[in-house]
Amino acid sequence: MKPNHRSELNAGLEASELECLRGFQSLFEGLSFAVSPGEALQVTGANGSGKTSLLRILCGLGLAESGEVRWNGVPIARAGAEYRAVLGYLGHRPALKGELTPRENLRAHTTLHGKAADDTRILSVLESFGIGRRHDRPCRTLSAGQQQRTALARIVLGDTPLWILDEPATALDDGGIACLEAAMDDRLARGGVIVFTSHQSLEGIRSLGQLALPGNRG
Amino acid sequence: MAEHTTAEQVPANRESGPALPLRTGMWSLLRRDLSIALRERGSLAQPVLFFIVVVTLFPLSVAPDPVLLRSAGPGIIWVAALLATMLALDSMFRPDFDDGTLEQIALSPHPLSMLVLAKAVAHWLVSSVPLIVVSPLLGMLMQLPGDAISILVLALFLGTPALSLVGAVGVGLTVGIRRNGMLLSLLVLPLYVPALIFGSGAVQASLVSLDPAPHLLLLAAFSLFSLAVCPLAAALAVRISLN
Repeated sequence: MKPNHRSELNAGLEASELECLRGFQSLFEGLSFAVSPGEALQVTGANGSGKTSLLRILCGLGLAESGEVRWNGVPIARAGAEYRAVLGYLGHRPALKGELTPRENLRAHTTLHGKAADDTRILSVLESFGIGRRHDRPCRTLSAGQQQRTALARIVLGDTPLWILDEPATALDDGGIACLEAAMDDRLARGGVIVFTSHQSLEGIRSLGQLALPGNRG
Repeated sequence: MAEHTTAEQVPANRESGPALPLRTGMWSLLRRDLSIALRERGSLAQPVLFFIVVVTLFPLSVAPDPVLLRSAGPGIIWVAALLATMLALDSMFRPDFDDGTLEQIALSPHPLSMLVLAKAVAHWLVSSVPLIVVSPLLGMLMQLPGDAISILVLALFLGTPALSLVGAVGVGLTVGIRRNGMLLSLLVLPLYVPALIFGSGAVQASLVSLDPAPHLLLLAAFSLFSLAVCPLAAALAVRISLN
């Protein structure tokens, strides 16, 4: 491992020789890729090809059978809390408490992740995702699209350099997708790294790479 | 409980790592869990109602003989407290697991063991404190004298934290399994035995005018031991369940 782990060469997210098993079947093996600051990577593949498993491995939630994920050259298993502090993860569930309002959800999430929750900023981010008028209703009364917008507002509010988004465009209408693309593009313009899966093509964002998972080979 | 000096020394302007101390993260999680519990008043009342109903079944089913009730009372109340706590355990991680917030908790830069501790404290406040509050009433129902009742309250206060903490490990392990109720009880109830023995032992001792202090001290030791070990084990269990 290079001592200067912030060197330009290693900046960004890097995966090498990842292998993931489901049961005794290999979902993918020998998977290597690198995403540099300012780049987005769209993971594509058929249903069940292991997109979510890959994203969970990149987050450190899932364990790869073999291989390694590195952030700025440091294996994420070793970086631990420092890696979790730079990561914003959107799972396939929006991770909102139905009993709490969007504003309370975002505030709880922000302080849980060790950042100060600034109420005006929370409201302005919610506003930019079109939840401004509904910020004081329990999340369970929101529609699926509005919950997804709130979850995306959570990622934007986290303001982390790395976003890992599992189907961020789920349940969003055209306006919501435009918001998502604007947020992702802004993140990339400021040197962020984004890895995401989507069945929709998000064309409004810059420097988009594609990674196709091989799918079920029996 | 939230003292964690290393986290507090992290400078706020550092690029990586949490900017706010661990205390704030734990407090925020505790407050979130408590405000959710307060908005779900129906499920909030369930453990304590269960506790009351189970204990009142005994005077109805065995003879309402004061001597018999007095000797069996401490054990019955403790068993009922164990069962009531256990039935409420699943709510410690299950809702968070189902809606995906448990993943976000696990991805917090703060140590997961401390966040799990905050959740266990919230669980104790929501499900065990009401049991402690109503226990004098049930003590009277079981014909316990006044000093035995005060020992009962003290024993429940010292012992129930261990129930929440040990339970956190059990729920952490089983939260990934769909229908886990029976498995959870099989896993957790045997580990509750020390609390049961020392807890009802303390009350029994005071009934026969013996010194309850050794029982209470052992009970406190069991809770402290759980406090030291269970958050780490539960954090590990949660990570395994999320994988």
